[in-house]
Amino acid sequence: MGAAQDHVQVSGLRITAPAAGGQETPIVSDVDFTIPRGQVLALIGESGSGKTSIALALMGYARGGCRIAGGGVRVGDTDILTLDASQLRTVRGNRIAYVAQSAASAFNPSRTIMDQVVETAVGRGPISRPAAEAKAVNLFRALALPQPEAIGERYVHQLSGGQLQRLMAAMALMTDPELVILDEPTTALDVTTQIDVLRAFKRVVRQQGATALYVSHDLAVVAQVADRIVVLQRGRVREAGDASQVLEKPADIYTRTLMAAARPPAQVRPHRPAPQQATPVLEVRGLTAGYGRVEAGVPKIPVLRDVTLSIAKGTTLGVIGESGSGKSTLARVIAGLVAPADGQVLFQGQPLAPTLSGRTREQFQRIQLVFQNADTALNPAHTVSRILGRPLAFYHGMDGRARNRRVAELLDLTQLPACLADRHCGELSGGQKQRVNLARALAADPHLILCDEVTSALDTVVGAAILDLLAELRRELDLSYLFISHDISTVRAICDDIAVLYAGQKVEMGPRNGFGDAPFHPYTDLLIGSVPEMRRGWLEEKETAAAPPPLATAQSANLCRFLPRCAARVEGLCDRLPPPRIVLDGGNELLCHHDGQALQHLQRGRQSAISP
Amino acid sequence: MTPTVPLREESMAKPASTATSRVRHWLSGLSTSGRVGLALVILWLVLGAAGPLLAPYDVGAFVSPEVFDGLSARHWLGSDYLGRDVLSRLLSGAQYTVGLALVSALLASATGAGLALTATVSPRWVDEVISRFMDTLISIPSKVFALVLVAAFGSSLALLLLIAAATYTPGAFRIARALAINLNQMDYVQVAYARGEGRLYIATAEIMPNMIHPVLADFGLRFVFIVLLLSGLSFLGLGVQPPNADLGSLVRENISGLGDGALAILAPAMAIATLTIGVNLLIDALPGRGRRITRGR
Repeated sequence: MGAAQDHVQVSGLRITAPAAGGQETPIVSDVDFTIPRGQVLALIGESGSGKTSIALALMGYARGGCRIAGGGVRVGDTDILTLDASQLRTVRGNRIAYVAQSAASAFNPSRTIMDQVVETAVGRGPISRPAAEAKAVNLFRALALPQPEAIGERYVHQLSGGQLQRLMAAMALMTDPELVILDEPTTALDVTTQIDVLRAFKRVVRQQGATALYVSHDLAVVAQVADRIVVLQRGRVREAGDASQVLEKPADIYTRTLMAAARPPAQVRPHRPAPQQATPVLEVRGLTAGYGRVEAGVPKIPVLRDVTLSIAKGTTLGVIGESGSGKSTLARVIAGLVAPADGQVLFQGQPLAPTLSGRTREQFQRIQLVFQNADTALNPAHTVSRILGRPLAFYHGMDGRARNRRVAELLDLTQLPACLADRHCGELSGGQKQRVNLARALAADPHLILCDEVTSALDTVVGAAILDLLAELRRELDLSYLFISHDISTVRAICDDIAVLYAGQKVEMGPRNGFGDAPFHPYTDLLIGSVPEMRRGWLEEKETAAAPPPLATAQSANLCRFLPRCAARVEGLCDRLPPPRIVLDGGNELLCHHDGQALQHLQRGRQSAISP
Repeated sequence: MTPTVPLREESMAKPASTATSRVRHWLSGLSTSGRVGLALVILWLVLGAAGPLLAPYDVGAFVSPEVFDGLSARHWLGSDYLGRDVLSRLLSGAQYTVGLALVSALLASATGAGLALTATVSPRWVDEVISRFMDTLISIPSKVFALVLVAAFGSSLALLLLIAAATYTPGAFRIARALAINLNQMDYVQVAYARGEGRLYIATAEIMPNMIHPVLADFGLRFVFIVLLLSGLSFLGLGVQPPNADLGSLVRENISGLGDGALAILAPAMAIATLTIGVNLLIDALPGRGRRITRGR
């Protein structure tokens, strides 16, 4: 591989951001890498590692205030950094295309998809509108989008996140670019969707023979698509090499840290059998909730249907499901922010009032809610000490010195430096904010903490540290958690019991051990099977699992919610009768027509077919 | 902003010196344009308060044989369309504009924001009642409304103040309510509800600090509108009664001097401009100024 054959060459790239006092701080320093023609290079790193800045520099662009201070970027025969604005415009979108993380916000909601997909091609090149549309339809088909002929006529709100992400790729590929930059294209998607999108991306990029730069923080995803991997930390290259080498024999200690954090090991802790006579901390019985007018116990837009759960003292219940499954609504109902339409919530044996106004201060204090996104969960106008001090004053009547002392203790408990107390939360890092978010809940001295996706917005390494902190706090303070997540490996690592929600129905629930091996509910099986493994070739092996054919008849409300996507459904049974609740030998409770043996047979059979 | 005392201040600072150091700290955080705005606002507040005392002539006295005279040692800003001293009329008029417009703009913005916060954190029906009432107010033409009230009660400064405030409250309410409703959905406010906090705390401590900057910007805009409304009312003979005049009326009554570029019209126009620009510069430099730096392009 001589340098002449490398399609993209980045050498000594430096990017700086303005700092206080007219100084400049480097955010990317001395980055070198090359991408051979037709290969996929992945940039891996935590947030703040400069991976997006590098990706944008490949198009000669620096984000607001930043500046490309030195080095060279060559794509083909063009030295990108020497081009002027009008030359750059012809390169961007034509020769180099960019796919952003959030397709939903990258499309214009008031124009049809087709209008936007063909826009660059028709505006720039010699191609006519009908020809461009024909080409777009071909791309839609190649990207495995449903109804490729008609999908272009729809608007953003009529499409799902996974579909939009693929449409955005189609838009990028319209001009046959020689270099495609994919910036975290699957990070915002559910695992079950991610797998389809990855597969489509990989196939199409191969077909077009384009060179690609794939930016991600997820090593397992990168393992599926990349030929080469560059690991970044704080704007510097830590390790670069072939994908198989980096994944199998990482040379750098930071790469190993990343890999370890990506798959948290199960916390080895004997499952504490709760004393039989003790009342559970939280019990949810037959809960139905949603939005809109309630008629006969069912709201107009039901989000949760007949959910029953309980959490024993000192244990963690994990709730998993994809977006829209009603996990967050469950936390909100328990916290009293959404009134249930039917069913009951009991806290330490006492029924909780459906709305906030009927609850006692004691109940407020003992149940604390921690939201996913610490950026929006902390008031930007308040300092850390005010945020933490408020629950202390509100519940415990602390003031002055006692309060300051307790704030310092809480900061210490959540492993934050005491000097943060006077800062505003805008001045903290993502991980620090999430710790403050947690510390605020702890300030109330709660018995139960509802954690809504608390690690989802964080980098893997930071997220792993938060999980450790949660486990430690539970040991020290004897807390119970309701841990909501979409990531089954996280849930399996820290939870005692797991409940799986699908479209508002609890389809499976049981102790953690029951989620190690088949049989599972078909949806759990799909979830577990969709988590990328950190080895190459996993995606190709998965390809054998065929999606079920579309359902012939419309679905009625009582039937299994998972029916349209179920690979194991039985015609004439599943589409006629509501599924019964069955209990497996391992203690897992399922909502399915199949019994344990049949599921075992189905899932084992497929697993052996995949990996002979 | 941050309650940190500058280091050079000795730690055993007396209360008075802490206050001055805090002011100094606040000033040092203000941008150049913010300081210019602050200086202009202070200047106008002083002129508004002490103007009549500084005026060399009586406000209604005909002191110059020339109309639309240029500047001279006797009349620093020349004379107006009736031969009165422009400087004296300007100094005497400042109190109406600064006092009346500033106070009624403050009243309108504070009432609007207060009602908006009430509507946001209260049950739905309270929001409905307040919103519909504001819609009713907004549908009444402001000049007709003023005409009716003045006809009924006679023109007085207090009435003018109330009219101006009532005219601009619904607009301020609508903007503040849109802001507050959005903030009410933020996670940190939801957490406060789930903590069992009362409505007053949520409105004042959680929502208000985050909407204060747009509300202040809106206040600046309303202030300018009220200056214009008051001069409009004066033109109809409903506002400040002659021989007194606010700055807006000074511009209007000397309009015939525009062709000659008379100082009598330029001076009050400049006065309004410096006042409104000063208010807006100061407001733009107030809280939230840190947010804009990161957006630099």
